[in-house]
This record gives sequence, C-alpha cells and structure tokens, in this order.
Amino acid sequence: NLLDGTSPNLAPFLFPHPRRFLDITSQIIPKIRPGMSSASAVSQSGGEGQRRASSLTDCEGLLREGSSSWPSRAFFILQDIRNTVGNIPMEWYQDYPHVGYDLDGKKIFKPIRNKDELDEFLDKMDNPDYWRTVRDKMTGADVRLSDEQVDLVHRLQRGQFGDINFKEYEPYIDFFSSETMIHPVTNRPQDKRSFIPSLIEKQKVGKLVHAIKMGWIKPRKPRDTTPQYYDLWAQEDPNAILGRHKMHVPAPKMRLPGHEESYNPPPEYLLSEEEKLAWEQQDPEDRKLSFLPQRFSCLRAVPAFSRFIHERFERCLDLYLCPRQRKMRVNVNPEDLIPKMPKPKDLQPFPTTQSLVYRGHTSLVRSISVSPTGQWLVSGSDDGTVRFWEIGTGRCMKTVDVGGAVKSVAWNPNPSICLVAVAFNESVVLLNPALGDRLVVSATDQLVSSYEEPEEAREQPVQWAAPAGKEHDAGHRLHLAHPKAVRQVTWHSKGDYLACVTPDGGSHQQVLIHQVSKRRTQNPFRRSKGLVQCVSFHPTRPFFFVATQRHVRVYNLIKQELSKKLQANCKWISSMAVHPGGDNVICGSYDCRLTWFDLDLATKPYKVLRHHKKALRGVAYHKHYPLFASGSDDGSVIVCHGMVYNDLLQNPLIVPVKVLKGHAITHDLGVLDVTFHPSQPWVFSSGADGTVRLFT
Amino acid sequence: LGGPENYESGSATNYITRNKARKKLQLSLADFRRLCILKGIYPHEPKHKKKVNKGSTAPRTFYLLKDIRFLMHEPIVGKFREYKIFVRKLRKAYGKAEWTSVGRLKENKPSYKLDHVIKERYPSFVDALRDLDDALSMCFLFSTFARTGKCHVQTIQLCRRLTVEWMNYIVTSRSLRKVFLSIKGIYYQAEVLGQTVTWLVPYQFAHDHPTDVDYRVMATFTEMYTTLFGFVNFRLYQTLNLVYPPKLDCRSEVDLKGEFEEDYAMDSESYLEKLSALSASLARVLNTAEEEEAQIDQFPVEGVDLEQMEAREREQKDQDAHKRLFEDLKFFLNREVPRESLAFVLRCFGAQVSWDKSHCIGSTYDVTDETITHHIVDRPSVDKQYINRYYVQPQWVYDSINCKMLLPVEDYFLGVNLPPHLSPFVEEKDGDYVPPEKLKLMALQRGEKPVAEQEEEEEEEEEEEEDDEEEEEEMDEEEMKEEESLKTIEKQRAQNKVSSVKVTPGKMKTENKVRMEQEEKAEEKRLAIMMMKKKEKYLYDKIMFGKKRTVREANKLAAKRKAHDEASKGEKRKKKTKQ
Repeated sequence: NLLDGTSPNLAPFLFPHPRRFLDITSQIIPKIRPGMSSASAVSQSGGEGQRRASSLTDCEGLLREGSSSWPSRAFFILQDIRNTVGNIPMEWYQDYPHVGYDLDGKKIFKPIRNKDELDEFLDKMDNPDYWRTVRDKMTGADVRLSDEQVDLVHRLQRGQFGDINFKEYEPYIDFFSSETMIHPVTNRPQDKRSFIPSLIEKQKVGKLVHAIKMGWIKPRKPRDTTPQYYDLWAQEDPNAILGRHKMHVPAPKMRLPGHEESYNPPPEYLLSEEEKLAWEQQDPEDRKLSFLPQRFSCLRAVPAFSRFIHERFERCLDLYLCPRQRKMRVNVNPEDLIPKMPKPKDLQPFPTTQSLVYRGHTSLVRSISVSPTGQWLVSGSDDGTVRFWEIGTGRCMKTVDVGGAVKSVAWNPNPSICLVAVAFNESVVLLNPALGDRLVVSATDQLVSSYEEPEEAREQPVQWAAPAGKEHDAGHRLHLAHPKAVRQVTWHSKGDYLACVTPDGGSHQQVLIHQVSKRRTQNPFRRSKGLVQCVSFHPTRPFFFVATQRHVRVYNLIKQELSKKLQANCKWISSMAVHPGGDNVICGSYDCRLTWFDLDLATKPYKVLRHHKKALRGVAYHKHYPLFASGSDDGSVIVCHGMVYNDLLQNPLIVPVKVLKGHAITHDLGVLDVTFHPSQPWVFSSGADGTVRLFT
Repeated sequence: LGGPENYESGSATNYITRNKARKKLQLSLADFRRLCILKGIYPHEPKHKKKVNKGSTAPRTFYLLKDIRFLMHEPIVGKFREYKIFVRKLRKAYGKAEWTSVGRLKENKPSYKLDHVIKERYPSFVDALRDLDDALSMCFLFSTFARTGKCHVQTIQLCRRLTVEWMNYIVTSRSLRKVFLSIKGIYYQAEVLGQTVTWLVPYQFAHDHPTDVDYRVMATFTEMYTTLFGFVNFRLYQTLNLVYPPKLDCRSEVDLKGEFEEDYAMDSESYLEKLSALSASLARVLNTAEEEEAQIDQFPVEGVDLEQMEAREREQKDQDAHKRLFEDLKFFLNREVPRESLAFVLRCFGAQVSWDKSHCIGSTYDVTDETITHHIVDRPSVDKQYINRYYVQPQWVYDSINCKMLLPVEDYFLGVNLPPHLSPFVEEKDGDYVPPEKLKLMALQRGEKPVAEQEEEEEEEEEEEEDDEEEEEEMDEEEMKEEESLKTIEKQRAQNKVSSVKVTPGKMKTENKVRMEQEEKAEEKRLAIMMMKKKEKYLYDKIMFGKKRTVREANKLAAKRKAHDEASKGEKRKKKTKQ
C-alpha cells in the first residue's frame, strides 16, 4: 500500500530507490501498535499511512521517533497510530481541548501547555536541544529530533536525496551497448515475415512509384547555386526602366529632428508645466510634437524611447497605405499678390484730413445736405432740430426746431431757389433758411406764394398747406402732411420736383413725387414691389431710381415703364447714389458691401467693394471730381477715386484713395451720412456722435 | 450628353477598389498587402471620388487599375498561391500523421526571391541609395530585437550582419557627416556616393514589444529591405575594392586572433562580433599598399568662372579636413559609454579606439597605454586618472563632429554641466529662432576665440544675449514694422484730430520726411490690399498668417530663453552672495 499510494509529490523525493522505502517504514513502524502483525498493521493503516506520508513534508510527524536504529527494523513493534483525524489542517482543532481521536474513538487531549513567553524564552536559553525540538501537530507534544533526523532535514533543505548512500551520479550502464556481442540477446528463432518480402511495403512502394509517375510527388528541387547577393546593377540598361517608373512618386523622407528632440536641448525648447499639461490633454493626432522634450544630464541617463517600434510601424503604414500625390507648392511672394494700383498721390485732389467739426446737435445727425452755392450746410438730427452752418467757418447760422426726429434733409439743387426739404415724422416741410443772396431768398418766397389754387380741387394723397405767422417767420414755407412716416426726401436736379419715400411693405404709396410750383402730388406706382429703401432722380434724363431691399429699379418717367432692374447681390440696400453722368450707380448695403453698377454694362454689379468692416449707411458721388465716398458703422469714411471714361469701351477705374476716421462710435453707429461739397473736393460726414465733420 | 452616368468611361475606369483588386489577383488580403509592400504599390486618391466610386460616397481605398494589371504579371503572385497550397498539403499530412510526406513537402517548400523586384523598383543604383533611409532604420531596429519570436531569428541575424557591413563600409569610406543624440535614438547622416542617407539607431535596450503593432507588416518590409540592403552593400564594397562578404585585414586579424582564440568556441560566431567591433580595417581585393587619396584633377572648364572653382576647392578641402577630424588621436572608451556608436563614429573620422578587454571583443590596447589622448567617460568621476589624457564626456565627440572641428574640451570634462546638444539638421532661415549656443558655435567655427576668463565670459555672454535680443527685435521690427508703424501713425492721427480743435500758439512741426514716406507707403499698401480679389486676399492672408506665426514662435522661444537666463543668473548671484 505504502509503496503504491505515496503522494505523488513526495514519491520521487523520498523514494528514489526501493531501499529508501525500508528506511521510511522503519520510521513509521514504531508508531504502529505493538502486538499486531506487521502485515495487518500496514493493511489496517493503509489510508492512514498514505496521508501520514504526505504530511511528511514538514518532517515533523515523520522524524518523531528517530531513535530506532537499523537492526531493530527486523523486529516489528507496532504502536497504535494515535490520531485518526487524517490529513487535515490541524488548526481546525485550535479551539478544542483535544486534537483528534484515537483508534477507539476517544479524544486525544492536548498536552497541558502552560508555558508562557518567559518559559519559552528560558527554555530557549537553557535547553541546548531547543533548536531541534519541534512540535508534533498531530499530538501537540514536543519532540526532540535525533541526529539522523536533523541530518535528513538538512539534506532535504539542500535539495539532496534523503538517503546518504544514494549515489546520484553513478555511471549509467546501457542494457544495449554499442559493442557487438558474441551472443544474441535472445535466442528466439527469426519470424517468417523477416525473410518473406512484405506485401504492405510493396504496396507502399507501388503507390509511391505511381505517384512519382503521375507527377504527384515531385523530386527534390536542386539547390539554388546563385549567391544571395551579387552585383544587381552590373548592367544598368536605361531601356529596361519601365515607363511606369516615371509615374512613381517616391515616398517623402522622414522629417529630420530639430533641437527639441535632443537628449540635452537648450532650455527654451523644454515645455513648461502648462504646456506639458496642454500637450497631455491634446489628442495624439493633434499634437505638434509626438514626444515630450526632455533633458538628461548625461548620456548614460537616457532611457529607451518607448514608442520607437510604434513610430517605425507607423512609417511602414504610411509607406504602403497612404495615397501619394505630387503637390505643386508655388512659392508666392505675398507682395506680388497685391494688385498694382495707381498711386493715390497721382489721383489728387481728394480729401485727406479732417479740417472742421460742426458741433451743436445733441443727438445723432441723420442727414446732411450742402447748398448748391457751396456756402451752407444743413443738417437734420434726431434731437428734432435742423441746423444751418456756414461751411467755411463752422458757425451755426440758424437752428430750426421742427418738433420731431429729422430723418432727411435736402437742399434744393437749383441755385436760384433757396429751399430746403426736411422730412420728420409724417410730414415734409420746405424751409426757406433766408441765407445767402437776398434776391434769391425773396424770389423763392415769391415763387412759393405765387401759387394759385386751381379751379377744381383734386383729391391728393398729401395735404399741402402754407403756414403763416410764427412758423412762417421761422422759415416754414410749405407743409406736406403724408399719411405715413417719411424717410427720405430728394430733389430733382431742376428743383421743382421732390420725391419722398414712405416705406411700408404692402402699400403702393411708398414713393410720392411732389411738384412744388403746382403743389401737386403724384403716386407713380400702382403696385408695391417691396420695401423701398431710397429713391433718386437721374441727374439729366427722365429716369427714376428706386432701391428696394435687393434690387434697384430704373423707371423711365416719360414712357412710364421699367427700363432696368439691377441686382445688387447683397442682402439689404441702405443707400444709393447716382453718378452725375447718370450711367453709374453705387449702392451701399447693410452687409458691408458697396456695389458699383455700370448701367451700360450689365444689370449685375461691375464691382463689389468690401472695404468696410460694418454696415454702410451712406454713399455719395462728387459732382465734378471723379470721387465717391461711403460712410459706415465702423466710423470711417472711405473715399475712392471712381473715374468714368467717356469711351464706352473703357471700364470705370476704381481706386480707394483714403480712409478717413474721426467719428466716435456711439450705440454701434458710426457715420450716418456723407455728402460732397458741390465744387471743392471736400467731403462732409455726419455721425452718431452728434457731429458733422468736414474733410478737406 | 445629359442622362445618368453609367461609369463606363473616364476616371471611373482608371481606378479599382482594394477589394476588387484583391479578387482580381485571387489573393487573400494579407497576401495582397504583402504584394503591395514588396512591389511598392500604394493607393491613389482620385480627383473626383464620387465619380470613381460610382456615385457612392462610402470611404474606399482606390488603386490605379494600371498598377493592379502590373501586379498580375508578377511571378511572386504565383509563389504566394503555391505557398498557400503547400500549407494546405502540409496541414493535411500532419492531420493524417504521414510524417514522410511531411518531410517531403517541407523539402520542397516553395520560396521566392526578390532580386527582380529590387531591380525593377530601383533601376539604377542611385535610386536604391536614395531610398535607403527606411531600409537602414528598419534593419538597425530589427538587429536589436531579442530572439523572442516576434520575427524569425534568421531575419534578426541577417539584419545584424547587414548593418555591421554597412557600418564597416561607412568607416572605411569615411562618409559619415552628422550625428545627433536624440531622445529617440541616435541619428546618423552619411554622404554615400553623393546621396545623403540618414538613419536612426535605437539605444541599446531591450524593447518591450507593443501589442498594437502588426509585426507581419514590419517583417514583410524587412524582407524587402534586407534584400535591397544586401545588394547595396555588395555594390558599395565593390566600389571600394573591398572583399564581400567583409573580411578583416590579415594583419589586424592576426592581432586579434591571439587574444580571443580561447574565449570563443566557434570561429564563425566570433567573426561577426569582431567585425562589429569596428576596430580593425577590412581586407581589400587588391592589396594596395595604402589608401590613395584620389586627387581631383583640375580641368579648365569653360563657362565656370574662377570663383566657383575656388569655392568648390575650398569645400573639398573642408570636407577632407572634416574626414580627418580625429586622426592621430587615440581614444579609450569606458565601459558605461555606448561602445558601438562611439567606436563607429570615432573610427569614421580616423581615430584609434579601444576599450576594456572584458567589455567587448576587439580591443586593441589597454587603459594603461600612455599614448591615449582622450578617455571617454560618462560618470561623475574616475578613480585613477592618468595625467597625459583628457577625460571627456561622450557628447564632446558628437558635438565636435557636428561642428567640424575639435571643440574645447573644458566644457565637457567629468562632472561638468554639459552645454546643450544641438541638432545638426536644423538650418535656420532668417527670421527663425537661433539658440545662442548655436551662434557661439558658429563664431567658433569662424575662428573667433571665446574669452577665457570666466567673469569676462559672463559679461560677454550678457552682451551677446543682448545683441541677440536686439537682433531678434530688429527682425521682428522688419516683420511687423509696417503694421506697427501704421498703428502708431493712426493713433497719432487720431490724437492730432482731437487736439487740433484747440487753438494753441503755433509750434514748429518738425516733419520727419523718412517717416512720412514710410507712412505713405504703408497706407498705399493697405489701400491696395483693400482692392485685392477675394481669392488672392485669402491666399495673402494665409501667407501672412503663416509668417506671423513663425515670428510669434521665434519670439516665444526667445522670451523663454531670456526668462531662463535671468532666473539662472539670479541663482548664481544668490550663490555668490551666500559665499
């Protein structure tokens, strides 16, 4: 039993040799109860012994009774195996007074141990055998190991065989040696099959022969004799180069490393803490550097780069997975991109500096207008006043309080009439400012008062009234009460007709044309074509320009038909001006664009200028000089040279010549209106800061 | 005209998707990949993707149909198929436990050679040299792999052999130009037959192999690269009249043999190591007495003026001097320095190198040799120091090579704080940031001597720095001049406008004519920019943005440097005051 059933981990260790067994049994035997035959004892304790043997690892149970010597082994004194609990962890009995049961089923009590630490210590100091005393877990008794047992433990600890007499390195004796012996190993007569040709082999050979015949089995290939490497390019034949080689795009080389990749870079290339943090938070694809620059004090301290294989692999992927393209990179000098323009110097005169500021208004100045003589300036403001200024001195000559935010003012362009149209709320007032030539002033008054009522009164959309008394003294000459708020007034160049804009989406009465001399009002349009922004008369011919949100319509007043519809290519037109020649129109829009139309050319803009940063509020042409100006919410007035040639083949030349700044931006509004002096190259601008400025 | 497109002509027929190509070639995806790698076929990005994709916008990889047709004629494709069949047969034989047929099949294992592919991809030798960068880096990487089964051991050995051959060639031809110690590894740049070849060698450490890398792809590349590299090596050895595969010179071989015979069991094993030690010269086919420096004959060429000729001559002279940088110097490497790199680099510039006998095979002299001029050490101090030699840190060697002159050794003594190691590959254009160390080195190269005394040096440093800053500022000004001036002018204008309303006693207004002119020009430019077309404006803005960004980056670096210098100066002063 013991022989067969030894636990597998111990077997090779403790029983390397049959003789070892005896040794072990000799040590177990004393535990078997006396009076029993050895065989029966062994058979009885079959399973027990087996477990016992496996508990030998700690050598405690085994080496208990070491005193028995070899000769006594013949005499089998069988002690009882006291504990029957088997190979269990003995700490299960920790809390009990007993440690197990004997063969009769009685408890084996733990020996009384009342040794405390001190006793233990004293024992340690006094007892010379303390080091070889072990506690038997099965019985709880202390056991002193014999010399042999101690020796065994030592040997096992060193990894040697337990038996002293076992020789590990004994010469190996072959059963069959290389030497031919004279005698056969066996004296068996030979089989018959050894001298009869084998059928199976024949079959196999036949199969092989057949396979070779059929070409299923190929004979071994002859070894390749060419050397692994030779001069591959010995004969470079230019004809052998394939055509496709010209199409081949060689892979770009790896980028060469910069200073920051050095193991000891200059300090400025190292990242600061914040930069490091930012680097770590970035996606690996977005990082500018694929690594963190680091500094090492010496070459010895440099570690391996952890992403080396990765980078090599990524390069491989790039080589075979990335489409390649030849990119033509044109090295452009940015200076060459700037268009060659005529120098502004050569295009003089144009206004360059701010020379006068007309102060007095307390609110935004919506509109300004210059008298045809070029001596007076009228401005209308949201504070409800209209002020008349002397241009040369900047003096406010007259202030007329009209009692409503003035939207638009327009000086009669006819130099023989001294009238100013002022639009506020729902009414338009014609003022005689009584400035300048007395004769002209009185002539104007006469002209207005010489009106005779027609016989049959016609119904008119507008009520005409001639104020008297106080208002007359203040300069009011005619009142035109409109049904709706008036936004813009503009004169015909002859000075008799006056166009008013009363913007209203659905109504067909958005534009009204008044004849002052006859005090008559016409409504030219039967149908509304959208919200009218502004209108203008053609300076010489009977045309009328109406700007709606996106289009400018040109009507022929004589034929009473639409002659052209210009597409402004912008979202919302804010202002419009007609060139004194009449063939060109500029439109300012709220989406920062200024569009120039050449009416002879097309209905699309000839040029779109995006000079301003914010919405345009006013545009104006100069009467004589080839200049136009635009004022915008960004507080600047841009003066451009806009030369129109008489030659039809030559397109207008547009060159920005000056950016004029001066208006302060208030409530996100900058320049509200611009207008030119009738004879001088001067430009006036009115702004949201309540000032009017003159640039000369 | 009109109607739906049927994609039967035009660009739709010129491209083929990857899957279709694979099916056309009857290859598995892995084999298709291998074929593309070996033949150098890469995908193409069609101009009109939707058209090529037959109206669909799904992301697909496209190859040129021509390329795929070209691949169809490749004999390797047949080999791939054969191999597939071979594997199938082998599996079957294993399954049936037919060991004889297993053996027989293994004997007839199909294999292929890449010679024709190399010849086809690189029709001339120069083409091959031009494309050698990746091959070198890859082989150097593979040669450092441990034999852990990431790839075949034979591949590793082959890579090692080829790299050793390459290094020996570079040493013999003295064609190394630049070296750079980066945190990734060591970059070398050599000029081989007029072509610059750059490669990266990892530091000698065991790799921890990443799991997200496909080693099959890398192995396929290496297969191609080793073939290319071997042929290139053969040809290069031929050009120098060297024996291939390389053999040590008889004399040196005898020298080495005596000492190491007993240490190595196999001669074949030690031979590669002896070669890789790089300490001995190679055997030549024709035993010429000594290296003959080929004199360049001077031909009076018409059309080339004298100045050019002279410049070329000077360049040639410089290069020769550079090649002989370490000639007549004797180096000894301590055991903690990277031996292979240093031995390679030093030998490339004509030095004699040795190391401790127990460190590596191939040492030629001992530490005790009195004629040693430089001892390269990478530790704070050395116990026993010999008087007649310099003890320097390894960076001195690399910096000297990059600087093309022997730098003063004082900055590189043991325990000294090393000066920064700069990349030799950076070529600063004007407007770029140049680190002050580089300026110093450039001054050294020009022959200006640094002042020896420390205090003066410090002062000078300060001055230099200031100069640098000034220069930078100047550069900035040049860049930003117009805008800045414009801004100031406008501010002045605005102020003038405000103030001009007041009536004050007249003052003489001094007009700066130059300034006025500048203003005028700047304004002209701005007005002209306003009139630019949308497209051009976009391009212009982009260019200007890029320019400004480079300026900004340079400024940032300069500012950082300034802050750092000030901080370090403050520390120095503190130390001084403490003392």
